[in-house]
Amino acid sequence: MIQSIHPLIITIGILFVVVNTAALLIWLERRLLALWQDRYGPNRVGPFGLLQVLADMIKIFTKEDWVPPFADKPVFILAPAVIVVAVLMSFAVIPFSPDIWVVDLNIGLLFFLAMSSMGVYSVVLAGWASNNKYSLLGGMRAAAQMLSYEVFMGLSLMGVVMMAGSFNLREIVETQKGMWFFIPQIFGLVVFMVAGIAETHRLPFDLPEAESELVAGYHSEYSGMKFGMFFVGEYLGVTLISAFITTLFFGGWLGPSFLPPIVWFILKTFVFICFFILLRASLPRPRYDQLMAYGWKVMLPLALANLIVTGGIILAIG
Amino acid sequence: MATIYIDNKPFEVADDQNLLQAVLSLGLNLPYFCWHPALGSVGACRQCAIKQFRDEEDSRGKIVMACMTPVNSKSLIPPLNETRISVDDEEAEHFRESVIEWLMVNHPHDCPVCDEGGSCHLQDMTVMTGHNYRRYRFKKRTHRNQYLGPFINHEMNRCIACYRCVRFYRDYGGGDDLSVMASRGEVYFGRFEDGVLESEFSGNLVEVCPTGVFTDKTYKEHYTRKWDLQTAPSICLHCSLGCNTIPGERYGEIRTILSRYNGEVNGYFLCDRGRFGYGFVNSGRRIRQPLIRNDAGGLESSTPEAVGDKLASFLSNGAKMIGIGSPRASLEANFALRTLVGADRFYNGMSADDSRLVASAIRILQEGPARTPTLREVESADAVFVLGEDLTNTAPRLDLAVKQSVRRKPIERAAMLRIPEWDDASVRELVQDEKGPFFIATPNPTKLDNIATQTYRATPDDLARLGFAVAHALDPAAPSVTDLPDDVAQLADSIAQALKESKRPLVISGTSCASEAVMRAAANVAWALCQDERAGEVYFVVPECNSTGVRLMAERDVDAAIEAVQANEADTVIVLENDLYRRAAGTSVDTLLDTAEHVIAIDHQTHRTTEKAEAVLPAGTFAESDGTFVSSEGRAQRFYQVFVSNGDEQESWRWLQELMGAAGQLEAPAWENLDDITAGLAQAYPIFEAIPKIAPPAGFRVVGQKIPRQSPRHSGRTSVLADVNVSEPKPPADSDSPFSFSMEGYTGAPPSALISRFWSPGWNSPQAINKFQIEVGGHLHGGDPGRRLIEPSDDAKPEYLNDVPASFKPRDGELLIMPLYHIFGSDELSILAPAVAERSPQPYLALNPNAAASLQVRDGEVVEITLDGVAQRLPAKISPELPEGTAGLPVGLPGLCGVTLPAWSRVKK
Amino acid sequence: MISLLRSIWLVFLHMFRKRVTIQYPDEKPNLPPRWRGRIVLTQDPDGEERCVACYLCAVACPVDCIALQATEDNHGRRYPDFFRINFSRCIFCGFCEDACPTYAIQLTPDFEMAEYNRQSLVYEKEDLLINGPGKYPDYNFYRFAGMSIGGKDKGEAENEDPPVDVHSLMP
Repeated sequence: MIQSIHPLIITIGILFVVVNTAALLIWLERRLLALWQDRYGPNRVGPFGLLQVLADMIKIFTKEDWVPPFADKPVFILAPAVIVVAVLMSFAVIPFSPDIWVVDLNIGLLFFLAMSSMGVYSVVLAGWASNNKYSLLGGMRAAAQMLSYEVFMGLSLMGVVMMAGSFNLREIVETQKGMWFFIPQIFGLVVFMVAGIAETHRLPFDLPEAESELVAGYHSEYSGMKFGMFFVGEYLGVTLISAFITTLFFGGWLGPSFLPPIVWFILKTFVFICFFILLRASLPRPRYDQLMAYGWKVMLPLALANLIVTGGIILAIG
Repeated sequence: MATIYIDNKPFEVADDQNLLQAVLSLGLNLPYFCWHPALGSVGACRQCAIKQFRDEEDSRGKIVMACMTPVNSKSLIPPLNETRISVDDEEAEHFRESVIEWLMVNHPHDCPVCDEGGSCHLQDMTVMTGHNYRRYRFKKRTHRNQYLGPFINHEMNRCIACYRCVRFYRDYGGGDDLSVMASRGEVYFGRFEDGVLESEFSGNLVEVCPTGVFTDKTYKEHYTRKWDLQTAPSICLHCSLGCNTIPGERYGEIRTILSRYNGEVNGYFLCDRGRFGYGFVNSGRRIRQPLIRNDAGGLESSTPEAVGDKLASFLSNGAKMIGIGSPRASLEANFALRTLVGADRFYNGMSADDSRLVASAIRILQEGPARTPTLREVESADAVFVLGEDLTNTAPRLDLAVKQSVRRKPIERAAMLRIPEWDDASVRELVQDEKGPFFIATPNPTKLDNIATQTYRATPDDLARLGFAVAHALDPAAPSVTDLPDDVAQLADSIAQALKESKRPLVISGTSCASEAVMRAAANVAWALCQDERAGEVYFVVPECNSTGVRLMAERDVDAAIEAVQANEADTVIVLENDLYRRAAGTSVDTLLDTAEHVIAIDHQTHRTTEKAEAVLPAGTFAESDGTFVSSEGRAQRFYQVFVSNGDEQESWRWLQELMGAAGQLEAPAWENLDDITAGLAQAYPIFEAIPKIAPPAGFRVVGQKIPRQSPRHSGRTSVLADVNVSEPKPPADSDSPFSFSMEGYTGAPPSALISRFWSPGWNSPQAINKFQIEVGGHLHGGDPGRRLIEPSDDAKPEYLNDVPASFKPRDGELLIMPLYHIFGSDELSILAPAVAERSPQPYLALNPNAAASLQVRDGEVVEITLDGVAQRLPAKISPELPEGTAGLPVGLPGLCGVTLPAWSRVKK
Repeated sequence: MISLLRSIWLVFLHMFRKRVTIQYPDEKPNLPPRWRGRIVLTQDPDGEERCVACYLCAVACPVDCIALQATEDNHGRRYPDFFRINFSRCIFCGFCEDACPTYAIQLTPDFEMAEYNRQSLVYEKEDLLINGPGKYPDYNFYRFAGMSIGGKDKGEAENEDPPVDVHSLMP
């Protein structure tokens, strides 16, 4: 009985924790941004303003959920769901600790890459279905940006795969017992992180929704919880990328034994989430052509070079 | 034309001007004070300093006053080969700044409480020269002010001694009770003692004075800045001349009237009746809601819908309607009434006399060779013969024009001495008190007598005989007058001689004597002058602002309407903007109003006719409606709605259109705006064919924009009505004109007929008019607005008019009561303005000393006369020059209106 | 690249700075006297209304939220018959104060004027007048103006000679 119910509990538990993390991130981001800008941020609702999240949820759920008459209705409704589903699916392959995982796929990493490419559909469909020039422009930008950065996102991880000799994430973590991969794969880490920001279209790479040029880009026409879904999707994406950085480059759950492995995992992920927010607080948005040039002319060669060097060294060492 | 170089750029300018005129005509900015386009140059203020150079090599130049330097440098002593000046020269600029600084030494710290602020020439010029700080540390001289009557406020501290006021008041306007006193820095412009300014043109001091010494006292009662006024082009309706005005509105009240420059009509000036007579628009006697007679017999306020239903109940039941129009309503309103009742049931609303006389004037002008001059042309007539018209009181602005024409002949000498006409001081020095030929023949003394060559006092019949005699003397073919006394025959000869010798003779007559013979005589004189290629001109003054227009529409008068009702041809009378008690004897109007089953009155003021009506509909005044008036010159001019009032008032023609609906007239035209109705008017009357073209249509736009009635600086848009409701209402829409009731729209210069304010960057005072003229003091860009409907036929050679009346015979025991007109008082509407009412006389009876002696009355004693069967007791006033056997009674004063004059009456003590 | 890292680092260091937020309404801000808040109409040192109804504030107002009407007392002193500010439109730019030639209209350090009903934001003269001279304690416009008002005849203002006797011909 316990045996059969255990995966279910874990699945539901992870789903619960992950979704709540995304929600809490809204509060966290606002507090951290405020901190870095010498302000307070939301601090009036509940202790430390924690209930701000609740207030925001109530607000967003009770807002008018409006579908523009000129929109392509089925697609318009479907689009926000796609991003949340795609991101949540990726969490399935993450080994949170030696005992907590949902599924132990031996092609876990490929599954993650596949799922993260799904995210682009959400954005493109939303932009298309809105039937609005700003939304469409946002959607097109998103498509180009995500497709471009996906290429070397995959490539940047191949070094890790080569060193671990496996696509299975548990095995990748296990192989890091001697040395976390961020040391040999520092370039892989940099490329993956940049690609991760671009994939989640977080600042400074939020060109698909650049509010100073495109109103709100692909989600200009969205309101209520549909808009909330995009929001949650974005924060889930942040959590996901942070979790992957932890898993792939920082030894996942590994750590001194005075803390249980899951805590190590959470701590490491938390640090990267904060780093994502710090990036938002400090960096300006590049121009679109700069973004593309940066991807194709800097990141792609860097990822390829990293791959060749890693391959060469592994070959040499045998 | 001459080429002049201004700051090394060549310009083509007319060479009979001075440099200031040339520079301003070119649209350049040059400060000035004492110069005024209508007054000429005296070179007193030293403000228009520029630098003049001998030739291209001359780099030093010398400072000259632009207003005193002719464009034509060959006439200078010593002559120069070319005219080369600099306006932007540093030294000249510094000079001008210093002049302003001196002028401002004594100028008080008053601008915030000064009525001139915001339309002040001194402010504009100070800003233009760049002076901004008073360095002079000593004390300012001060003056005490004078009481100058109900029109003009005096604040002498502000004076900069430019002398424009006395130059206008005395030299141009012919007044003599305003002058300069004291000396040097202490000169004082005022009267010898406190008192009402006597001139009928004192209001122009407000616009002539470059600063706030003379300001509009009626405006001060409800003062608002010029930029806050909502303005639209309008036409004065207080006499027949059709002067162009700009009424200004704020908070639903007309606040002031400014002159609207029209190079053909009034130019820069208005008379005081036109300027200060606007009070009736704000008067407590306005009808603001529809009134309906209740069962108790009183009039009570109602709603437009309720009144509409009530009217529909009898109008749609086959009522036999007649419509009585009005010479003070627009052509459009009269036409709407005519459309409602049918052409054969429309009456022109004039008294029988007026209708007959105005018709006579129109006929003479249409059929004869003599043309009627514009007011500007009157100023250049060099011999004037006034027959039977007291111009100062019946057509005041014409009086001012005639005052200029008497200078024409003497000024010709200036040309011989090579003194340019703009050199006002020199010309006046040369001319002194010399006057050109100017003859006045009227029943009673006029204020122009003192500048007339000769005057003649007689009854209308004798005036006509003089006129016929003059015509006969000019052209023996004209009918002769028998039994003329020697002195009159001699006078006729000398008048004929003077007229013959002049280049532009002018005869002025009109309806105020109520004598057709006088007008015929005037026509004969003018026609006799049209011999040998010379253009004799004749001007007929008619009673009201639209008398000519409405007489062109219908010939039947109020008396005919009374007969129609008495003959039971009609049971419903619709009276449009007309107090019938001013048109016919009280008893017969009583009969009309009592006999008719239903009387519907449309008007904006309560008067005896509206009090007797069954239903009264609130009409908009000239300021609340659009329309067209035809002036005595025959000029059709459009006036535009200035503001939308809060009440139920609307244009009379809109009410009449609603009445058409109430009467169930299915074939009623679907007029949607003023253009539709003017189009109908043009179709119905060939003579009004040009009416739709006198101003741009309602759809007219400049670069896709309407023309704003408010200045771009209009203030308080979000606050004026905030006490009622904090959410601002939408501004009213205007479907009738190219104007908007807001500050949104095209801010540049519109076509001349649509100029709603004179303003140009840096020119906030009325001096901004310069920027709208082709040449300063000349015509407006695009031609002066309005269009003349009556021109003489080219090859007209009508027979001279005959029937010379017999000489006047005094009757025993009876006196012929002559109408006496008063600029303040005789007009129905202007007297409702409190300031004008203050200047209007109390009712009196003028008697000549012989009559007074035989009645044994002294000045001020009460006498009784009986007119139209009604006895009146009035104080007597001895008037030495009244012809024997006549007496004079003021026309139109409240309590005296509604008697037909002239009439014989027994006068008792 | 270095500059990016440097800015990330500098932003990170802000974590240890003092926060500038003032916790209004628990903590009241200390506003400078020239703060542009609620508009008042002041009185001159003699306790008379300073406003002379010159309309300059109204015309200076970029949102046209000031409306007034000038009137005069029996001695020629000008004052506003009514004076209305629609604070629901006011943007507190202070142009009216700049334009005022008599220091009558002044902006004060009070911004707590929120209302539930927009109509309550329309202030009439009685709501605007305060019992004092505001920031400029000494100025009295009529002591400098040339007009005579009750209690001050011609020639009695600052820096004025007594009125000219026009009958005198003395040089």
